[in-house]
Amino acid sequence: MKSYALFLKDFSSEIRTRYAINSLAMFIIVAISVILFSIGQERISPELTAGLFWVVIFFTAMSGLARAFVSEEERGTSLTLQLIASPTTVFTGKLIFNIILVFAMNTVIAILYAALFEAFIIQNFSLFLLSFVLGNIGLAISSTIIAAIIAKAGAKGTLYPVLSFPILLPLILTSVQLTLFSIDGTGFEKSIFELAIVVSYDVIMLTASYMLFDFIWKE
Amino acid sequence: MIWKIFLFLLLAFVSVAGIAFPIVERPSAWYEFPLIPGLEENAKIIFFHVPTAWLTVIAFFMSTVYSFKYLKNKNLDDDAKSYTANQLGMIFCILATVTGAVWAKFAWGAFWSWDPRQTSIFALLLIYGAWFALRSSIESEDKRATLSAVYSMIAFVTVPFFIFIMPRIMKGLHPGSADDTTSGPVVDFNMNSNMQLIFFLSLIGFTILFFWMWRVGYKSLIYRDKLNKQLIRG
Amino acid sequence: MTNYTLELSDVKKFFGRRLIFNNLNFQIKKAGVYGISGPNGSGKSTLVKIIAGIIGTSSGKVTHNLNGKEIIPEKLHDHIGFVSPYLVLYEEFSAWENLELCAQIRGINLNEQRVIYLLEKFLLLNRKGDLVKTYSSGMKQRLKFIFALMHSPALLILDEPTSNLDDEGKSSVYEIIKEEGSKNIVILASNENQDLSLCPEIIDLKNFKE
Repeated sequence: MKSYALFLKDFSSEIRTRYAINSLAMFIIVAISVILFSIGQERISPELTAGLFWVVIFFTAMSGLARAFVSEEERGTSLTLQLIASPTTVFTGKLIFNIILVFAMNTVIAILYAALFEAFIIQNFSLFLLSFVLGNIGLAISSTIIAAIIAKAGAKGTLYPVLSFPILLPLILTSVQLTLFSIDGTGFEKSIFELAIVVSYDVIMLTASYMLFDFIWKE
Repeated sequence: MIWKIFLFLLLAFVSVAGIAFPIVERPSAWYEFPLIPGLEENAKIIFFHVPTAWLTVIAFFMSTVYSFKYLKNKNLDDDAKSYTANQLGMIFCILATVTGAVWAKFAWGAFWSWDPRQTSIFALLLIYGAWFALRSSIESEDKRATLSAVYSMIAFVTVPFFIFIMPRIMKGLHPGSADDTTSGPVVDFNMNSNMQLIFFLSLIGFTILFFWMWRVGYKSLIYRDKLNKQLIRG
Repeated sequence: MTNYTLELSDVKKFFGRRLIFNNLNFQIKKAGVYGISGPNGSGKSTLVKIIAGIIGTSSGKVTHNLNGKEIIPEKLHDHIGFVSPYLVLYEEFSAWENLELCAQIRGINLNEQRVIYLLEKFLLLNRKGDLVKTYSSGMKQRLKFIFALMHSPALLILDEPTSNLDDEGKSSVYEIIKEEGSKNIVILASNENQDLSLCPEIIDLKNFKE
């Protein structure tokens, strides 16, 4: 499939240069270390832990997800892609890459949190898993479309979090709530509303992204 | 000219009435307002806070409509209209946030407590700020218009989440949120008829002011662009 | 002969409020080599990008037809080969890998025979496994030709095709242009007289400024 071939190109390129694995992994370690140092010996509440979990996720995403489009723009290969693929294929391929990247990053972050933060004990694991999957997808979708915008704007990295944060805010607020529920052991019935919000966020952002990407991509 | 004078008188009346008319238990004179339990003196802020909040949302909506038009027709005039709407929207957003914070201090004790509505207006402020930051980073006119139009539309899609869903599920101090049993003076129309009158006059006055400023704003942008183009030519 | 037609009707292009060209009308219905000339900054690259569907017009239409049916914009790239100085291939991959990946992303099978023929023609066969990073600018230019031709497009668009090429490279390119021009449509934008001498018909963009 064409989008899958584009994803494979990015993946092979990644394996050769090993950018994400090196710098993103280091970023995660540095971010979590900074938080741990700031906390020191204090005990932090589950609410704070859930919030900090998504803080690290957000900033790691901001470090790594723009590359999908920015690297093409910087090197001038956007034109090449325009000559061999339709806009939908390009967006799908980049989205697949970012989804895989988000899952990889966030799994590492989740494992580190479980190991290093005493309040991060998941009582309702299936709820955590569900909100994890849905939240990651939403994060990848929004981050990818905003990455396309800033790549075309030729903007420096600082603009990426500035543009992404308002768009991601509903997702982050709801996901923090869901993470908290899974730590507290709240059941599915009480979390239905929040889960519905994340699902509708994913669907709406995906639709909007596909409709608007053509305008971003073709000058 | 006549209607500008009319607008001035209207807004002057609203401002004076909103601030000076006293609040009493049993209003008897035409210039007295009823006491709403829970709000008391602070109720007067409704004349200023609610219209500015409404208008910032309307401004954002208008900016999105013109962004959509620009994407369809690529006419830079639509971009100028969208830009002016966003400028005004940002001003009204700051006003709404500040009047809201002032009210919060008197009613709840703190200027800011991350109540869902406060979070929403803050998010809108962030969207406006991000939009202007994006625009200032792009040199080419076409690209700037296209990319900021796309961002407007993406941001617009997230706004319903803030306005309708978040306040309902999250507990809040704001009138009208999940915790509040009185569901707010606007929705319930606990205001008596002369309060309603001042309120609607304020809403109408500010709305007219907004549209007037918007027209002046976008027209001057378009004229300036055309003058620049002539200067380059000759 | 070709079943491909290209038509531009009333094409106008603005960048912001600056006019690039206006009232551009022409039709190409037969195979051959067609030239676009004009001084630097006259909009040659812009026109060529508009024909390739990379950027849009401010007003007016560009229509591509194959066998009488119009080609939709999303499918246009399947029928077009494009070479220009600002086209860049993936430097972290080898020439062969680049061509393979591009075929996969296009969704077609790599026509190995044709690719090997082209690599030979452009004198790159023995360097096909080397990373494009190690190529000279002339070699990169020749690789771009292979990239443009490997899917046998009906419309070949060349912007400054002989830039970075030595005489040997130039003659390979001219041979290919003549070969392609005999059965497909070739559009060549340049201000080199030697390039334009291959074109029986030339559009001069100086005439479309009003």
